[in-house]
Amino acid sequence: MVITQERQKVTAKDFKSSQKSTWCPGCGDFGIQSALQTALINSGIAPWQVLLVSGIGCGSKLPDYINANGYMTLHGRGTTIACGAHLANPKLVTISIGGDGDSLGMGLGHAVHNMRRNMDIVQIIENNEVYGLTKGQYSPTSKRGFRTTTSPEGAIEFAVNPLAIGLAAGATFIGRGFSGDPKFTADIIQQALEHKGYALVEVLQTCPSYNKLQSTDWYKEYSYKVLEENANYNCQDPLQAFELALKDDGRYPMGILYKNDNRPTYIEQVPAYKESQTPIIERPLKIEAEFFANLKKSYI
Amino acid sequence: MTQKKRISIKIAGAQGQGAGSGGQGLSKVLKRAGYHVFGVFDFMSLIKGGHSFYQISFSNEELHANTEKFHILLCFDPQNTEETVGDIETLNEGGLFFVDDSIALKPEITVALEKVGAKLCPIPMIKLGFEIGGNRIMGNTVGLGAIVGTLGIPFDFLDQVVQQNFAKKSKEIAASNSAVAQAGYDYGLKNFGDSFKFEMPSPDKEKTAEKMLINGNEAIAFGSYAGGCRFVSAYPMTPGTSVFEWFTKNNAKLGVVTKHTEDEIAAICMAIGAGQVGARAMTSTSGGGFCLMVEALGLAGMTEVPVVIVNAQRGGPSTGLPTRTEQSDLLFAINASHGEFPRIVLTPGTIEQCYEAGYRAHNLAAKYQTPVIILTDLLLSEEIRDTDPNFYQLPQIDLGKMVSVAELDAMEEPYLRYKFTEDGVSPRALYGHPKSVYAPSTDEHDETGHITEDATNRNKMMEKRMQKHESCINDIKAPEFFGSDNADLTLIVWGSTYGATREAIEIFNADEKNKEKINLLHYSEVWPFPLEATKSALKKVKLSVCLEQNYTAQFARLLRSEADYNVDHKINKYDGRQITPEEIIREVKKIFAQSLVSSAK
Repeated sequence: MVITQERQKVTAKDFKSSQKSTWCPGCGDFGIQSALQTALINSGIAPWQVLLVSGIGCGSKLPDYINANGYMTLHGRGTTIACGAHLANPKLVTISIGGDGDSLGMGLGHAVHNMRRNMDIVQIIENNEVYGLTKGQYSPTSKRGFRTTTSPEGAIEFAVNPLAIGLAAGATFIGRGFSGDPKFTADIIQQALEHKGYALVEVLQTCPSYNKLQSTDWYKEYSYKVLEENANYNCQDPLQAFELALKDDGRYPMGILYKNDNRPTYIEQVPAYKESQTPIIERPLKIEAEFFANLKKSYI
Repeated sequence: MTQKKRISIKIAGAQGQGAGSGGQGLSKVLKRAGYHVFGVFDFMSLIKGGHSFYQISFSNEELHANTEKFHILLCFDPQNTEETVGDIETLNEGGLFFVDDSIALKPEITVALEKVGAKLCPIPMIKLGFEIGGNRIMGNTVGLGAIVGTLGIPFDFLDQVVQQNFAKKSKEIAASNSAVAQAGYDYGLKNFGDSFKFEMPSPDKEKTAEKMLINGNEAIAFGSYAGGCRFVSAYPMTPGTSVFEWFTKNNAKLGVVTKHTEDEIAAICMAIGAGQVGARAMTSTSGGGFCLMVEALGLAGMTEVPVVIVNAQRGGPSTGLPTRTEQSDLLFAINASHGEFPRIVLTPGTIEQCYEAGYRAHNLAAKYQTPVIILTDLLLSEEIRDTDPNFYQLPQIDLGKMVSVAELDAMEEPYLRYKFTEDGVSPRALYGHPKSVYAPSTDEHDETGHITEDATNRNKMMEKRMQKHESCINDIKAPEFFGSDNADLTLIVWGSTYGATREAIEIFNADEKNKEKINLLHYSEVWPFPLEATKSALKKVKLSVCLEQNYTAQFARLLRSEADYNVDHKINKYDGRQITPEEIIREVKKIFAQSLVSSAK
């Protein structure tokens, strides 16, 4: 997003929370939190300059475990709340964060619309392909045949493809990382933060409690870094990105899959921000008497 | 007290034929000519076709509702025979029926006119529209001109409004409409001026010319803006849309961020997001959209975010009667969302109260850090009445308990977003300062905002939030009487039914034998329930009649649950049409007759 605040010198200490995490040992959320924190530190964004808006679910507890501005809201609604906050105070570096059920089940509709608007925020989807907090039901990204309490014979739906949806909906930045590789993921998040426009970052993650098959080793086997496999991959080309997103070879491509720097963001086209970039919350509420009188006059 | 002199006009047509805009224009002409006016558009949920009508009453005294009978009917769609006959039946004996002279009328229409004793007034609307304006649709202006001419109101008033309305398009269009209006005016004056036998109220330009003609939704939007609202997100839904459109029309000039969202869930969520970072934010909708907002209402309650929601009610349940009026969301608004949290519900009944509700909602939301619902309905959102511009003043803006940047700079102890306080309101610091870093949760949380399931904390936090419900009772307006203090019968009303009830009282009490017999008690703010004020008001009530536009007598139930008071009688209407003063009088007469019988026993 367009970062207007002065960059700060921050360290891991600044983000240390007083709270004890309730995530299971080995949960992928630890890696995601670490990647996010590293990205913020490397971008010079202090805890008071960021706003982490989450929904509900294991991964949505992240704002509780990091010392930074946050808002833990409703299942599926995080992105839309984040967009409201961003439009009222664009100075805050606004990040929406939530799991796959949250972001791609209930929240998919909102996400698609905010992508096509090119809202200047970052959306991180923590994708472990299962519902954790409600104790192991299949999710929108679960593979066909995945057996859970709500799919005892195996899921019969095809999984949501977040990358293809993001491309089709008009996200101007699409990246994918992995909780088991925080350094790589931090780099993607950092680039997402620096991207002007809607940045979608999917982070594949492990759930040692309810998705035992897809362990760290499993992901290492079934994923690859796009640039390592194809040094000529051009992330500015939507057709290449689509090909990658739709390539169904059982492996997850990782890295920056798509980037478009040529679309205006939503906020730069909002009439109230055309003449002044001052956040509406910082403008005086006073109404000039003459302006007020003219408003009245239009009804006489 | 004598009866008000009033003249009533109905302009009917298929949707898209201009009955609505014609009615609004004519209201403006009448107001500028020196009359008090009241106007409402009655329309259907479709774009073209069907049958709609605009009703206007004008008088030398203030008006608060239309009555059932009309003196003039201007009809653009006599092809809709059944509806036209229905409209003719609402004409007074001696009323005038204006219709285009080139359209053949079905015999049913002639029969209906004869039965009522109304006069057929054919006007070459289409012909003059074509000949002078070069356009069939300008026939509407001919019709409006004919009414003004027939009434003998100076042409200038009509001309000014026509010029003003069309000036935005082009000078040529304005000039040709003006010429067309003149032709219609001359035709009406010449041919029907003598046919209009009703006594006209005497105009007083001093009194009305400078008054504002503003509808309820515009007044809410205007009041909200005056009260500091700078963020509005909404999804279109009749009749709530025009609150939002007031802002979108002018948003660059007003400095307000507006967002047409993908649905009502996003509408309230964006407003809450904006509210959470410090904007005075609102959304507007109707009952169906409000249903979708209910989960997020709890989010605002739990995390103590100021947000304002306008629910302009319409006929329910579900899609119900999309363009009809109803008051059936009262208990829903008071109870919506799971769990318990404080909220404020305002139920303005007049245009002026809509303006007040606009700024009061934002002040109360900020002061108590909780959602405020403005509950209106289709009638109030659409009705226009001449109101005094001096009434509309810039209000005091209450930001509530805010922690300033300077205070944060000097703060030594950690900032607690949900600090326990006596009144339940915790001083609010906004994001963006190194000392006000916090991350509240919709989970139960402690004073910092962190998640906790601790039982002691839960009790204290619940009590803190609910204390705000107690704290704000004193800010809730007491119900107000209209009419004599010593009436035999009191109509208890809330919201938009104030207008028709007030008019009914004036008409009923004007009859010498009914002098001061009935009055009304109106609630413009209902939640938290103003119990003490209710108790003292009810002491003055002899025979109570709760009047509402819903089936289950929701306000009567509220009086029973909150004030342990049982109303003596109920009047409930749920056909989607605004109750008329005549209907109220008929019901009141029945109740008087009943109570005579029971007292005789």
